[in-house]
Amino acid sequence: MSAALAADAVSKRYGEREALRDVSFSAGAGETIAVIGPNGAGKTTLLSILGGVQRPTSGTVSRDPREVGWVPQQAAVYGKLTVEENLRLFARLEKVRDPDEAVARMLDQTGLRDRAGDELGTLSGGNRQRVNIAVGLLAQPDVLLLDEPSSSLDPRQRERLWEFVGGLARAGTTVVFTTHNVQEAERYADRVLVLADGELLFAGSPDDLHAEVGGDQRDFEAAFVRFLHERGH
Amino acid sequence: MRFLLEKDLRILRRSPLLVVLLVAYPVLIAVLVGLALSGGPDKPRVAVFSQLPEDSGTVNVAGTTVDPGRYADELYKAVDPIKVRSRAEAERLVRDGEALAAVIVPADLVDRIQSAVSLSGSSKRPTVEVLYNAEDPVKQQYVESTIESRVADLNRAVSEKLTSIATGYLGILLRGGDFSLFGQKFEVLGLQRSKALVDGVAAGEREGSPERQALERVSKFAQLAIDNLDLSDDVLDAVGEPVVVKRTVVEGRRTPLDAFAVAVAVTLSLMLVTVLLAAGMLALEREEHAFARLVRGLVSKTGLVAEKVVLAAVCALAATLLMTAGVSIFVSLDWGRAPLWVVALAFGGLAFGALGVAIGAAAREVRAASLLAILLALPIAFLALVPSGAVASGLYDVIRVVSACFPFRPALDAVDAAINDAGGLGTALLHLALLTVAWGAVARIGLRRFA
Ligand SMILES: Nc1ncnc2c1ncn2[C@@H]1O[C@H](COP(=O)(O)OP(=O)(O)OP(=O)(O)O)[C@@H](O)[C@H]1O
Ligand SMILES: [Mg+2]
Repeated sequence: MSAALAADAVSKRYGEREALRDVSFSAGAGETIAVIGPNGAGKTTLLSILGGVQRPTSGTVSRDPREVGWVPQQAAVYGKLTVEENLRLFARLEKVRDPDEAVARMLDQTGLRDRAGDELGTLSGGNRQRVNIAVGLLAQPDVLLLDEPSSSLDPRQRERLWEFVGGLARAGTTVVFTTHNVQEAERYADRVLVLADGELLFAGSPDDLHAEVGGDQRDFEAAFVRFLHERGH
Repeated sequence: MRFLLEKDLRILRRSPLLVVLLVAYPVLIAVLVGLALSGGPDKPRVAVFSQLPEDSGTVNVAGTTVDPGRYADELYKAVDPIKVRSRAEAERLVRDGEALAAVIVPADLVDRIQSAVSLSGSSKRPTVEVLYNAEDPVKQQYVESTIESRVADLNRAVSEKLTSIATGYLGILLRGGDFSLFGQKFEVLGLQRSKALVDGVAAGEREGSPERQALERVSKFAQLAIDNLDLSDDVLDAVGEPVVVKRTVVEGRRTPLDAFAVAVAVTLSLMLVTVLLAAGMLALEREEHAFARLVRGLVSKTGLVAEKVVLAAVCALAATLLMTAGVSIFVSLDWGRAPLWVVALAFGGLAFGALGVAIGAAAREVRAASLLAILLALPIAFLALVPSGAVASGLYDVIRVVSACFPFRPALDAVDAAINDAGGLGTALLHLALLTVAWGAVARIGLRRFA
């Protein structure tokens, strides 16, 4: 299977600090990958390099960032523009073939059609996050990077998000997401990457991770914590 | 309270941009205010080209010796003189701004003073020429108030001397005495003694004889002259300006001060609107985190910089055109030149916009960017308005180089040229275009930090 997205020995330094050290992995078309790890592990750094926002200190990424959808951890949308104006602006910048259709599709997907005319600054944090995600989906990219997409969503929205992402994956989109909700990783990811202190400690299915720590843990979260503990984190 | 204070100091220490501002700004402002208050060196630097012969001699009249050299010394005491050997050199110093003005003393000054005091009726009054550089009306005012008041001092001194000499002359005419001219001594009889002599002779003549009548007529005339010459001191006191000052503008033109003030006001507004807008709007992209989203392929960083520059320039162009139109209600402006206003304001706006995005790239938030923009813009405007010759020439060179690196001075020149037909529009526009490219490049490099 030819990789839809591959990282080869990617490293990133911030002065003395090594945020990423020789991280390599590849993802096939339609595969869903969860990147998990403690705070400061380098998850955001990895995704922003895959998305072309930052350049790695060394190493390469296989895919042109313009073909990749990127949803940052912090909402990157304009507070003084309405929901619809934000979506239309980015649809045009992304050179989406039919911006009106894309905006309408995203208003339905986010369930924000009735708030379409409201300025983003007046929306709740979760609703802002919905628009933030929608902007990344506008161009229907082959590869989608989501940095903690579900963190501020209510359970119903979370459900809708994963349903939608699952649909995209089934249609062949490669999805890489980060989360601190490891149950989500277990439930929705084909594979998980465990990052800690910039190092890739594990790459495999959730079941493999269970097996790695003896398989006697009560759930995936416990297995994950155990795994980190065994590796000195 | 104490913890809050500690916390805030710590935050300040960790904001290098703010610390640089806190340290550099007071120093900069102190220097500027110092310059403004001291008005430069105590004495204005003035080039002096004296064509007086080495031993120009003295004018010795009515027993009083006048040394023109002493009056020249008076002038030299009032200014910081740079003695030059030709008129061309004097002109060059003025043109280069090394001297505020030049004083040209003609070779025949002494002869002319001589003829002025000899009452021989020569109409050629002694003339001293003052050359100065009228780059801008602010400077023109400065020169007029400084140099010309010095020359006026000199004039007053010469005037007093001339008056006293002339009074002495009259005294001799009236009462008689010794009078030396060209080394020869003359004895002058004087009107009073002449009258006495005439009266004496007349008394010896027969009453009613034609000789006696003629002598009495001479005596009456003498009396009339005596009475009136006694009053002439006052008349002579009223003689002003024995030395004529001839003004010559070496370079520059004469824009009326109010028309120049319009150009300054318009340029200041252009600067503030454009710099603030460009800096703020670029910083806003980062504050909203949208910057990262934009520059990953959607928009090039150069494109982003150019867009902000154009945005700020267009908004500022509209605002300042409106302002100019408003001002034209009070100060008459030539609306036929309006297309040139647009050109000058557009070029100025682009250059200020480029400076603005450079500031916006350095600051991370809108508020920091706005603060930085204001703090930087005002001293630049102030510096650009310092007239040459008002400060030491080395310092002025520094000021000139600094001013040339920022768009205010060329923008002011362009706006002044466009509104007041002051000339030099082409050069100013070229300068602005170069600054637009240079500051745009600085902004672009600044954004690379956030790759
Ligand atoms: N701009 C920066 N300058 C210096 N260090 C940075 C910068 N951005 C990130 N880092 C460092 O890089 C490391 C990885 O940060 P990153 O944001 O990728 O972590 P993360 O795994 O996303 O954490 P979290 O789960 O909290 O979001 C951290 O140690 C962080 O301090
Ligand atoms: Mg993160």
